[in-house]
Amino acid sequence: MSEVKQSAAVDYSQFPDARGHFGQYGGRFVSETLMPALDELEQMYNRLKDDPDFQQEFDRDLAHYVGRPSPLYYAERWSERLGGARIYLKREDLNHTGAHKVNNTIGQALLAKYSGKTRIIAETGAGQHGVASATVAARLGLKCEVYMGAEDVKRQSLNVYRMKLLGATVHAVESGSKTLKDAMNEAMRDWVTNVDDTFYIIGTVAGPHPYPQLVRDFQCVIGREAREQCLQQTGRLPDALVACVGGGSNAIGLFHPFLTDESVQIYGVEAGGYGVETGKHAAPLNDGIPGVLHGNRTYLMEDEDGQIIETHSVSAGLDYPGVGPEHAWLKDIGRANYVAINDDEAMEAFRTLTRVEGIMPALESSHALAYAAKLAPTMDKDQIIIVNLSGRGDKDILTVAAIDGIEV
Amino acid sequence: MGNRITTTLEALRQQGRKALVTYIVNGDPVPQATLVTMHAMVDAGVDIIELGVPFSDPMAEGPVIALGHERALANKTSLRSTLALVKQFRETNSTTPVVLMGYANPVERMGYAAFATQAQAAGVDGLLTVDLPPEEAEELNAELKAVGIENIFLLAPTTTDARASHIVSLAGGFLYYVSLKGVTGAGHLDVGSVATKLGHLRQLTSLPICVGFGIKDAESAKAIAASADGAVVGSLLVGRMGQLAGESAETIAAAVVELIKPIRAGLDELSG
Repeated sequence: MSEVKQSAAVDYSQFPDARGHFGQYGGRFVSETLMPALDELEQMYNRLKDDPDFQQEFDRDLAHYVGRPSPLYYAERWSERLGGARIYLKREDLNHTGAHKVNNTIGQALLAKYSGKTRIIAETGAGQHGVASATVAARLGLKCEVYMGAEDVKRQSLNVYRMKLLGATVHAVESGSKTLKDAMNEAMRDWVTNVDDTFYIIGTVAGPHPYPQLVRDFQCVIGREAREQCLQQTGRLPDALVACVGGGSNAIGLFHPFLTDESVQIYGVEAGGYGVETGKHAAPLNDGIPGVLHGNRTYLMEDEDGQIIETHSVSAGLDYPGVGPEHAWLKDIGRANYVAINDDEAMEAFRTLTRVEGIMPALESSHALAYAAKLAPTMDKDQIIIVNLSGRGDKDILTVAAIDGIEV
Repeated sequence: MGNRITTTLEALRQQGRKALVTYIVNGDPVPQATLVTMHAMVDAGVDIIELGVPFSDPMAEGPVIALGHERALANKTSLRSTLALVKQFRETNSTTPVVLMGYANPVERMGYAAFATQAQAAGVDGLLTVDLPPEEAEELNAELKAVGIENIFLLAPTTTDARASHIVSLAGGFLYYVSLKGVTGAGHLDVGSVATKLGHLRQLTSLPICVGFGIKDAESAKAIAASADGAVVGSLLVGRMGQLAGESAETIAAAVVELIKPIRAGLDELSG
């Protein structure tokens, strides 16, 4: 109980601190070559984030290019079936390019434009961030190169083709586990080599400071809208928020504007893979320890020698051994709860929502839906849960078909 | 000053000689090759050994050294086994400085204080943590200082004057200047710009400066060392060792010596 009290007294707007720390997490753990570029980015961002012209340009793009605000939809039929709290879905799946990722790439593309850099690089897991980066690059006429683990290139081939159609070059990364973490290593190597003309668009709230902060700020539009929409539609705040957490950008975007609303329970849902108890999962907040990777200190999946271990999730977008540092901190201070949902539970939620509401969710978002399906029956009918439906499931059709043994 | 790094570099300075610093990854390509190669390198005139501690995600390494890390990890090499190896090396060599080079997380996992104590006991002289810039190194610095291990910092072409002044104020042993914007083993070394930058850094510090990344042969080592106190050679050796994974430790060590000899000779042409 004392932990919850402590979190109530925290001034969340003061985090990260000047050096990019959320408590003991975050920071800037990169090689010297990149430090000046990060200083430069931080200074530019600090100047622009309070600049009304920059904010107006960002808001205009979100409205007319992305299609915001995204709806807050009452999933009435599904809620009634579950027989508990009313579930509202924040429809980030309806954004241009089909996921929340574009909120951030619009913001970072503006930063790239202001910085005068001519080349964009990005890492991607499920391909949603790669597509969103390729999209904004196409719109600005910038060269775009996307690093993607070879394993993910295989399981997300539709998104790979989308990126190519948008004019991006996709590099399949063959090192390590051939997934998101290896794509990030390779993107860092590119950046250190081409730091003069290249803007690195990181897709999640991880990486060296100021990325966790600026990605969060760009994604907070999700929570600000959801808070206002919920008040408008129901006259009250939600009782619980649920979002999936890989790196955690859609989750922090929903959670952050509610952090000071003490009555709102917060649940981040990690990928439990074959089950947290099997060790084959991607749930560092449930089963990891603090360490340093990809520029920040956070919870990691690692062995006793400090080597990062391979993760597993049916969803490529959650298949990552780390997590954004702000989530690590929110866990430690007790403001948010982090739970895990296994592959098969997520698959079931994918099928259920598709059949019951006619909405096909991304496998990432299906983890959040599956947890909401567990949570709702434990709550009263007049209570409200907001689930971040962070992306649409079209990109996952081949994965689902393969699980069903069907060749599409 | 008992530290072997300072003693060695000071002696070289007095002799007017350049330091040859070599990098190999512990446990690569086979565990038994490392110790034999270390001794052979010393016999061939290597002044300082940088011993790579393998990491699963070596972000600053080019493909050649990244593969070395992968091979070493496949051989179950760890930070703990690396400390044990240094201890073994010290049984017959009490003078050649050994600098561990790697990434923050294995040290973090062991714990800074535990690492410092065990590294000192093993006979480690310096630590270079690629992803631990001075801003994040305060705590580790204090632990290393307490046991007399030098924290070796990187300087890069992108490093501003303000940062460089701060870094040299914290650094000990020597400064490691990264010769280019890129990863280890990259192919776009610009000797002229290195000399210019080093001339500039000399005004900020009297610490010796060794230069690495992109040095591939005697010619490039010699060109770089003309303005530096030492040259670091890594990818060249790790690449060759990787080709000899099926050979005996002695064969691997001999191949490394063959690569080192002309570089040593090249550097010695600068003596005086």
